[in-house]
Amino acid sequence: MLDTAMLHLPEIGQFALIMAFIMAVLQVIVPLVGVNRGQLWLMGYARPLAVGQSLFLVISLVLLATSFVMDDFSVAYVAANSNSLLPTPYKISAVWGAHEGSLLLWVTMLGLWSVAVALLSRSLPLDMVARVLSIMGMVSVGFILFTLETSNPFARHLPSPPQEGGDLNPLLQDFGLIVHPPTLYMGYVGLSVAFAFALAALMSGRLDAAWARWSRPWTTAAWIFLTVGIALGSWWAYYELGWGGWWFWDPVENASLMPWLVATALLHSLAVTEKRGLFKSWTVLLAIFAFSLSLLGTFLVRSGVLTSVHAFASDPERGVFILALLGICVGGSLLLYAMKAPTVASVGRYEVVSRETALLVNNLLLVVMALAVLTGTLYPLVYDFMGLGKLSVGAAWFNTMFVPLTIALAVLMGFGAMSRWKSDSVSRLASQLWLAGLLAVVFAIVVALVVSEVVSASVVVGLGISFWLVFATFADIWKKARGRVSKIPSLGVSYLGMVIAHLGVAVSIIGVTMVANFSIEKSVRMAPGQVETLGDYQFEFTEAGTIDGPNYTSQATRFNLYKEGKLIEVLTAEKRRYHARGSIMTEAAIDVTLFRDVYLSMGESLEDGSWGMRLQVKPFMRWVWLGAIFMSVGGLMAVLDKRYRRRRKKESLA
Amino acid sequence: MHPQRKKRLHLIIFLVLAVTAAVGLAMYSLSQNINLFQTPTQIANGEVPPGRTIRAGGLVVAGSVERDSEGLGVIFRVTDGQSEVPIYYEGILPDLFREGQGIVALGQINNDGMFVASEVLAKHDENYMPPEVQAALDQAHKDGKASMQEAMENAREEADY
Repeated sequence: MLDTAMLHLPEIGQFALIMAFIMAVLQVIVPLVGVNRGQLWLMGYARPLAVGQSLFLVISLVLLATSFVMDDFSVAYVAANSNSLLPTPYKISAVWGAHEGSLLLWVTMLGLWSVAVALLSRSLPLDMVARVLSIMGMVSVGFILFTLETSNPFARHLPSPPQEGGDLNPLLQDFGLIVHPPTLYMGYVGLSVAFAFALAALMSGRLDAAWARWSRPWTTAAWIFLTVGIALGSWWAYYELGWGGWWFWDPVENASLMPWLVATALLHSLAVTEKRGLFKSWTVLLAIFAFSLSLLGTFLVRSGVLTSVHAFASDPERGVFILALLGICVGGSLLLYAMKAPTVASVGRYEVVSRETALLVNNLLLVVMALAVLTGTLYPLVYDFMGLGKLSVGAAWFNTMFVPLTIALAVLMGFGAMSRWKSDSVSRLASQLWLAGLLAVVFAIVVALVVSEVVSASVVVGLGISFWLVFATFADIWKKARGRVSKIPSLGVSYLGMVIAHLGVAVSIIGVTMVANFSIEKSVRMAPGQVETLGDYQFEFTEAGTIDGPNYTSQATRFNLYKEGKLIEVLTAEKRRYHARGSIMTEAAIDVTLFRDVYLSMGESLEDGSWGMRLQVKPFMRWVWLGAIFMSVGGLMAVLDKRYRRRRKKESLA
Repeated sequence: MHPQRKKRLHLIIFLVLAVTAAVGLAMYSLSQNINLFQTPTQIANGEVPPGRTIRAGGLVVAGSVERDSEGLGVIFRVTDGQSEVPIYYEGILPDLFREGQGIVALGQINNDGMFVASEVLAKHDENYMPPEVQAALDQAHKDGKASMQEAMENAREEADY
């Protein structure tokens, strides 16, 4: 039996959320009043208020998780998304398994980012800290209010609570879904820091190199979370949906890709602003757009306006609320921008051939990519809204838009990373890079010839740009280290971080090229004992049976996987039926090596004991995500560069 | 013209051209790659020319699912409550495919009026109805009501005579 103290936990959780709301309101007002009146003691409240707000949010989140772990089905949200049979780790991850809890997680993360800013901003002038935290407080006020008003996770089923919960959607009962949403949210919400820094700088009129330097590590940190979050989502979809696809151009995937593209542009633009004091208003605009796009993403996912694999049952009232928040955020910040940006002058000149130009073009390409994704995602919505009918924009469209832009971007990256600030010359770049270009073309053609009899242009181009990136990057390192390997570590953590991130792009492009061009698959009807051949592999169906899991029973099929007659792996694919909802989930069996995935998933059971089976061989599948790991590691190195801390120390002395 | 202004003008012209090219390319390829959703009623009325790639959907009619005895071919019918369309698909159906479930398929009508699907989608959440299918059901329901009313009025008029 539940004791009385426990019965009140959800109420305490809700109370904590209301307290957090009050703290957030104070966090908006008090520091700003302090800034306006020039009173330091009021500005000084920004930090403790941010810490207080997030403390209450954490309490609230922990109490919700406690209700899940204790199977308190009198809480409507718990009853809808959990079940006493659910394994405990999934009870905890069920907290963000649906709308209400994910919002609570979202605001809690916003609170944690505010605390991080509060604690790691010792070197920042107090008025900047006050402005930044006040702006983050505004976002927090909006979203806590949203949670309390439309999506309270603590609402009770009283007076007669159900005895058993409805269970977590089986798709979400998986390791990938424990880690993917929080990581992605950290990225979305982290962009609010870059946004707050940009608005604070606009408000104070101090859009300078110092602002860019403060902003950079925060933006990079958020970008790392986004990168990892998107990769995790792709990996999860790949192994959990049973189709073997890793990117579907689904609206919700697009919703995460758009802020990533703009954040990537922002990272590069911030570099120019910090080093050269240029592109200031552009950088501010990117910071505003990056965060606005993450809000748009939240809106698209939560309002259910789009057909999507992620579109769970939704509520129009919520959509309207988020749309209003989005409108206030975009409208307000653009208004501030319109008022303040004309006073910002970028000084400094640069030639047509220079690193500034390269980064400008990089920004344009990334923004055009983001716009393309935005167009494709919203087009069906606009079309429907105008009463023209229902349509969908196919993956083919996104590929047509994305592939040429990616090629242009990759070619540019080779030049950009090597080019000099202010002024460079075509002849110097050519003399440094002609060998890398030549080698890339030769290698791409040779490799394309080796891997298949038919040489297709897309393979040569995909491999060519990847090799070009790799060789151009190495040429640059070689040049900077003056041909001595021992000098490489002294080139700086930031620089090496950039190198690794750029190599990550090459790794991902190789993966995408190989998977897209050389994947083979077939769907076949197979009876036990039957052998099917796909490429170099033989699949022998050895037995079919059932497996009992903690909260599901699965029908399973076991296969021997042979390569050239040699047994290399025993694969067990499952089709699970979850007891609580009676829903069915495919569990694919995947044999992984660095150079290929063998993917086996079950379709339907047919008469005479045979099964529809989907067999796939996907070369270089892992490279797609490996590239994302490289990019994140590169980003991490850039964040950890001592440079940021050392300079801050100097400034605080000054 | 001031050289600085001239440089800026060139930049703006370049940008405008680049944006125009990008938008043009986007719109052109958009017109090639969109798939309109058609309701079973629209298909049954012959509003969709054979061979054009469209998306079609509705509720899977109970008892209509027939499988090949060999291979993975399957034929089923979807309905919007007013008309039915037969769909042929060869391959693995999604986990949530079942009778009575709302599904959306991508494919073409062949000359026999059969919808040959290259892809069949059913959604993650068993309570979730694809919005297109919901709209198709509502539309058919409305049309059905209207035609019933018309018939009743006609009958009444006839009775008046």
